[in-house]
Amino acid sequence: MSKVVARTGNEAMAEAMRQINPDVVAAYPITPATEIVMIFAKYVADGLVDTNFVAVESEHSAMSACVGASATGARVMTGTSSQGLCLMYEILPIAAALRLPIVMCDVNRAISGPINIHCDHSDTMAARDFGWLQIFSEDSQEAYDSLIQAIRIAEDPRVHLPTMVTTDGFIISHCLDRIEIVEDKEVKEFIGGDRKAANSLLDVKKPVSVGLLDLQDYYFEHRLPVAEAMKNSKKVILEVAEEFAKKFGRKYGLYEGYKLDDAEIAIVALGSTCGTAKVVIDELRAKGIKAGMLKIRVFRPFPAEEIAQALANVKAVAVLDRSDMWAGQGGQVFTEIRSALFEAVKKPQLLNYIYGLGGREIDQPMLRSVFTALQSAEKQPLVQYLGVRE
Amino acid sequence: MVKETAWCPGCGNFAILGALQKALAELEIAPQKLVIASGIGQAAKTPHYLPCNFFNGLHGRALPPATAIKAANPELTVIAESGDGDMYGEGGNHFIQTIRRNPDIINIVHNNMVYGLTKGQASPTSQYGMKTPIQVGGVFEEPFNPIVIAVALDAPFVARANAADIEQTKEIIKQAIRHPGYSLIDIFQPCISFNKINTFAWFKEHTYYLDAGYDPRDRQAALAKGLEIDRFPLGVIYRQENRESFNSHHKLTAPLFQSKPDPAKLAALIDSKL
Ligand SMILES: Cc1ncc(C[n+]2csc(CCOP(=O)(O)OP(=O)(O)O)c2C)c(N)n1
Ligand code: SF4
Repeated sequence: MSKVVARTGNEAMAEAMRQINPDVVAAYPITPATEIVMIFAKYVADGLVDTNFVAVESEHSAMSACVGASATGARVMTGTSSQGLCLMYEILPIAAALRLPIVMCDVNRAISGPINIHCDHSDTMAARDFGWLQIFSEDSQEAYDSLIQAIRIAEDPRVHLPTMVTTDGFIISHCLDRIEIVEDKEVKEFIGGDRKAANSLLDVKKPVSVGLLDLQDYYFEHRLPVAEAMKNSKKVILEVAEEFAKKFGRKYGLYEGYKLDDAEIAIVALGSTCGTAKVVIDELRAKGIKAGMLKIRVFRPFPAEEIAQALANVKAVAVLDRSDMWAGQGGQVFTEIRSALFEAVKKPQLLNYIYGLGGREIDQPMLRSVFTALQSAEKQPLVQYLGVRE
Repeated sequence: MVKETAWCPGCGNFAILGALQKALAELEIAPQKLVIASGIGQAAKTPHYLPCNFFNGLHGRALPPATAIKAANPELTVIAESGDGDMYGEGGNHFIQTIRRNPDIINIVHNNMVYGLTKGQASPTSQYGMKTPIQVGGVFEEPFNPIVIAVALDAPFVARANAADIEQTKEIIKQAIRHPGYSLIDIFQPCISFNKINTFAWFKEHTYYLDAGYDPRDRQAALAKGLEIDRFPLGVIYRQENRESFNSHHKLTAPLFQSKPDPAKLAALIDSKL
């Protein structure tokens, strides 16, 4: 039986962590993710979980501790944001290469400079090439559900990769939302007991070495399996989502189409913006405008074929990026989608909007203006900045 | 002066800001000749409330830019200022390496024994047993002792101050600015919102001023003073003028922006390699 409660995104993630009951959590405080581990630390102290909580002096140490613990076969979680995630960058690819299924609560926040504590996706997008699965959430419910699913996905022998589940700083992390949480024992059943590590540092009968030197001779071969596992993970994500839907009723995929099937114009977005967009789309539909949305839930692995197929019949699509690559050709989501569509025979006209940097508000009028622009997409510049002063 | 700050009313940071303002005014350091490098935290906001040049960098990372600013323009007075979490935790390695490198900068640390900005987790200087929302069972780690570490690394100037005593703190800051090489001033600063143990009263009770007979040139005595933790000694605990500074080692005496290429010197160098 599930129950309906009011939770912020941070509370929802802490709740999921309590139910997952990881063996080790190592973390360092940073706004707006601090609360997740603060609430969790209380669960540890109250004896509600069996977790060893390691309070460290930096995120570099936090991720290093996670790697160490995970290599011993433990189930390991952490949480961070922005500069904290940046400070972990050195260790993130190591976690992936060592095939350690660490699960992270990542609260999307702008990166310095200038100093800013509000939401955009720059921190997470810059971590996209480190071999971590990345799952975005539209609201607290999705964050809670995806965190539970992430344990299964990350630890699946076909995947064995670290996974981050993200929320949007303040917009989701600090806003109270109505969510359904499932019973502790159901979560326990769903994630299937303790982690079953194939190679563990603690197996005295089967000693292993971790983190060796690997030069021109074999480095290449040893990196490729990460790509392979990333590819395999799509299937696993869908399997886990299907089982989750059967048990708990809420459906998830690699992406979600909102009124997309017959849409003539559509946006592509991730995270909390999708909630606002749904309101705008409903309004446009009421006026007879065939508007729709493709919400990306999983950014890594990137569902290229699936998205290309889903967008094939749309006339014009605006990709909304809450981060910039500073490469002069649009944001990360845009370049992925453009490349995904390159081979397609039928494809929409594409536009890119970079918006919401440093927590800049994205509201209904702004989204309406994007749909209006899509009605004459051929006259628009390819890449535009939305909601920025000239 | 400053009308509005982001600090809680009654925070110890106001007193430190006041002492720093007075010290700078009495030494007649012009705002354009002053740079404060800071990190992230409540203490790191100090330069926001002063007329000065400032470099607000990352959490834990004030010391490397401060060193480099001084190297690029030795005519500037360069202060690196942040909290205990910033300087001793996240930036702990920079703290150690900067003392070894010995740039001519002043390192002011607001030591409130807690992370203020992120709302009350233990910092490296939090005392044994302190309970926080993260350290729910109380801090069990050995508190970081910046004084002993700085003396052990032969820092040219090592002092401890108490924010509440603005006059004394001001005098210590003035001495530190005048002293060649790296200077550390660890200032006890009550965080009234998130540290209910180490309050103004607690710091008063747990500190005393070194008397006139104390010789800060005696390194052994300084180490012994640094190890006193039941009541912390206040004042200049250690000073010496024996170490070569980063600037003098690299013969950095004039601002880089004034340096001009010397073709004769360059030609001689090329000739010497032929
Ligand atoms: C890399 C990184 N991690 C974490 C943070 C979040 N953070 C900001 S200030 C701070 C600690 C504040 O404590 P302290 O340095 O002692 O300064 P105070 O606020 O007490 O003056 C933390 C953890 C950050 N800004 N950057
Ligand atoms: S939280 Fe503490 S350190 Fe920060 S301004 Fe308030 S009293 Fe001062």
